[in-house]
This record gives sequence, structure tokens and C-alpha cells, in this order.
Amino acid sequence: MAPSRGVDWRLAWAVWMRNFTVYRRTWTLNILPNFFEPLLYLVGMGLGVGFYVREGMNGVSTYLAFIAPGLMAASAMNGASFEVTYNMFVKLHFAKTYDAFLSTPVQIEDIVMGELLWAVTRALIYGLAFLVILAGFTLAGTPMLSGPGALALPLALALIGTLFALIGQLFTSKVNTIDLYSYYFTLWLSPLFIFSNVFFPVDRFPYGAQIAWFTPLYHGVRLTRGLAQSRFGTEELVSAAWMIAVCAALLWIVPRTYRRRIIR
Amino acid sequence: MNENVIAARGLIKRYGTFTAVDGIDFDVHRGECFGFLGPNGAGKTSTMRMIYRAAAVDGGTLMILGWEAADGRHDRAIKARIGVVPQEDNLDQELSVRQNLEVFARFYKLPRPEAARRIDELLKLLRLEEKAHSRAEQLSGGLKRRTQIARGLLGTPEILVLDEPTTGLDPQARHDLWERLNALKRQQATLLLTTHYMDEAERLCDRLVVIDHGKIVAAGSPAELIARHVSPVVVEIELTDGAVPTEAEALKQHARRVEVLSDRLLLYADHGEQLIAQAAHLMPDRRALQRRTTLEDVFLRITGRRLEE
Repeated sequence: MAPSRGVDWRLAWAVWMRNFTVYRRTWTLNILPNFFEPLLYLVGMGLGVGFYVREGMNGVSTYLAFIAPGLMAASAMNGASFEVTYNMFVKLHFAKTYDAFLSTPVQIEDIVMGELLWAVTRALIYGLAFLVILAGFTLAGTPMLSGPGALALPLALALIGTLFALIGQLFTSKVNTIDLYSYYFTLWLSPLFIFSNVFFPVDRFPYGAQIAWFTPLYHGVRLTRGLAQSRFGTEELVSAAWMIAVCAALLWIVPRTYRRRIIR
Repeated sequence: MNENVIAARGLIKRYGTFTAVDGIDFDVHRGECFGFLGPNGAGKTSTMRMIYRAAAVDGGTLMILGWEAADGRHDRAIKARIGVVPQEDNLDQELSVRQNLEVFARFYKLPRPEAARRIDELLKLLRLEEKAHSRAEQLSGGLKRRTQIARGLLGTPEILVLDEPTTGLDPQARHDLWERLNALKRQQATLLLTTHYMDEAERLCDRLVVIDHGKIVAAGSPAELIARHVSPVVVEIELTDGAVPTEAEALKQHARRVEVLSDRLLLYADHGEQLIAQAAHLMPDRRALQRRTTLEDVFLRITGRRLEE
């Protein structure tokens, strides 16, 4: 594999700033949907479907409180994924944005890291919007968070964001046509959303939990659900370690795949 | 004098089994405008991309500002000193002209006050002040290209690389851009440009290489190339379907060289007056004109093909 050239973090930050400048133009317009989506799921699934669900919720009293942390993890996943899929593909292939960046001292490794940081930022914007709403529910007398563990949730969201940003970047480095993203979303992210313990324990299916253990959102959900209840036992520890290990491996692989892809 | 800012020896670029640049040698001197003239697909852009470190060097050596570029170890240092004006429009369409420049000022690590001053300077130099707050997507082709030139100059480069700078521009925008580039030349900037327009090469370049199928087929100043490869004047006679009328045969012996194109017969000579007079006498219905020979004729002479097709 081609050697990675090292990252200049000041230039990675400059790439982040470029994205922020573009985002800021439509900031007020963009931020609102981030609040609607959680409300939609919490009200529809949590209160609607939740009315019929009475048991099997791992000690949480309401279905609403059961699904909330998992939905928050999924929103971080989505926030990161959009940035490193469609958005990055367009900058890579159509707008030739990266060609322009690369004609300056910026190297591909700086771009990959800048985009990663930006995707994590977007994941945090989505995830924190969710957290604010959950805190609001809790303060209004519908407990969804309990204890100081919730304070660590932003860190968990950043970890989930990093993980999905890197996975998306890896996919983007391999595809040649934008049409393939419909596979990424419907055959990868959607199944993860459904079968990662967000809405129901996945061990309801034969080998469900065993298979899910090898998928990323399962661990994101397990960690956020634990922290929401201020629980950090072996399961949560294993999930955090699982995500950190996969991130570390991808941090080694992804910049190299981009260098090989871009500098020909 | 004649300090080489770029020196290429046996430079090669391959894409799979296709050799885009096939062992070329050239030197670019500080303060000159150096051109790559050739048809589309000749290897000009590949050469430029190797110089501004967007493409790997597959063979030969490439010294840029004293660094060996081929191994890629000095890419950051080299790119910090080269400004690039690419062929395609890769401005950030949603951002204003000024914002586009601000983004790049961070890439060159200009401190904020210096960036602001430099951006003001360049907006003025390229007459973009009134468009500073227009979004890139709202600009005409000429204004976009000027913004790209301002962007390329932000890092105060030692070499400015322009890939087909006037392709796709209307005639007025082209002349305007030539004027801007000539202003840069007066400031002793080192310019490196590719073009498939011979008038552009003649107007701007101090020295140039003619490149075809990845090889350099001629090198020198525009005047030298014309003097070396073609006679001073050419008489053009209008043809239909490439058929040379029998009357024209008599003219051929008075020419030093003859080229038959699909629409024109070209008679190269030291003086054209006699040929024109004879043509008017023999073929009064056909349009005939005399003109100075250009790089277009040089290209035709060397490759047997026309440049702009």
C-alpha cells in the first residue's frame, strides 16, 4: 500500500473551516430538521408504538426511554454518513473541489482528516440536538436520562460519528458512481438501524445478537443506552473498545486508500 | 540569468498501457513565459499535473525549484511555491469570490491581516473588486478564470501554471485575460502555460515546446520556430472538397512547399505577391490570400496535421 504522508492538522482544520463556511450560509435553515427528526421518532415510535409495548425493555420503564438512546446513536450515524458519502463524492468527482485544494500545500491526508472532523461535527450537531430534546423530556417529568452518565454521551456520539465517517469514507474511496450510495443506505445503514437493538432486542432472531456483535451501530447503541442510564459495565466497555479499535484500523487504512486513489 | 526553475529529463507519464508523456526534456527559466503547444490529448495537461504534483512521475527526473519532485517527498514545499490555474472551473460555487480566496489563504497559512491585504491586492490586480461578494456560480467564464488566477497567485508563487487559460472564453474575455497575463509578465512572473491556440502561444510565450503524442517535436521561441520550420509567408487558395484544380498545378512550382487541406491549398514561399497575382489570373473565381506564417504552419509542417480540430 502507498505510504501515508502524515497529516498537517492546521491544514485539516482549514478544510474543516471551508466546510463550515459553506454550512454557515444556510445554518439557520439546516439546523431545524435536526430537531424535527428526533421528535418525529420519539412521538411516533416512542409514544405511538410504545403504548402497546409493556415488557422486555432491560429494566427501563417506558418504551420511549428504551428507544431514545439508540435513536440518538442512529442520528449521529446519519449525520456523519451524509457528509462522507454524497457530499464527499461530489467534491471528489463532480466539483473537483479536492483537485483545487491539492494544488496548494494541502495533501490528500489533510483533506481526509478535515472531512473526518467535519463529519464528526455534523454527527455531534445531530446527536446533541437529540440529547437536548431528551434532556427536555427528562426535565418535563418524562425521564429518559438518569444520573451523571449522560454527561459522557457527547463523547460517545463523537466516537460513533468518527466510526461511521471512516466507514463512509472507505466506501467513497472505492466507488465510481454516485448511484451505488443507494446500496450503502438501503442495504447497509437501514439494516443497521433496524437490527442494532434500537427498537427491539435483536436476539429475538436466531443468532441475532451474535451477528449484530460484528456490526458497528450495535455497539453505538449499547454504549449510548448504558450511558443514558449511567451504566458503564463490561458490555459498555467492550462496545467502546470495539469502536475505538475499528476506528484505529480505519484511520490507518483510509488515508492510504485515498492517496492511492487520487495521486495517479 | 537563465536560472532553471524547472528541469525535466526523460519525463514519462503512463496511464495503464497508454503513455501520455513519452520521455520529454525541457527547461523553464525564471521570469519567462514558457508554453506547451499541442492538440488536445498531446500530453500537456499530464505534464502540468506532474509539475504541480497532482500526478505521480512514472519515469525520468523532474527538478522543480531545486527539489527532485519525482519521489514525492517535497510535494508540500513545491506546491507552496507553485500557483495553479486549472482548465476546469473548480471554484467553490456556493461561496463568494472573496470567500473562495479566504479558504485558499488558510491553505497557504497566511496570517489573517496579511490574507486580507493580499486578497484586496489581487482583487484589484485582476479587476474583481466589484465582484468580490458575488457567488462564483453567478460569474461569467472570464470572471471565473480571473478569480482562479487570483486564487493561484494568493501564495505569492514563484511559478504560475495555467492550463488552457482561455479555452471556453469569448474573444473579448480572451483578450482581457491576455492583457492580465501580460501585466504579470511585466512583473517578472514565471508563467507556464498550455494551449492549443497558436495565437495565444505566439502572443504570450517567450519560449515554447510543440508537443504531440507525448513527445516534444519542436522547441524554441515563436519567431525561431517559424523561421526554422516554415517560409515567411504563405498563400492560401480556397478549395472545395480538397480537390486541387488543374490550374493550381502551375502555381506549385513557384512555392517552396505545398500543403493540401480539405478546404485550402497552402503555398509556402519567401514572397507572396507573384503567387497571388498568378492565382488571380489563373483562377479568378477562387479566393486567394497572403498571410504571414504562424505556429499553426509550424505544427502542420512537423506533424502533418492541423492544430485546432
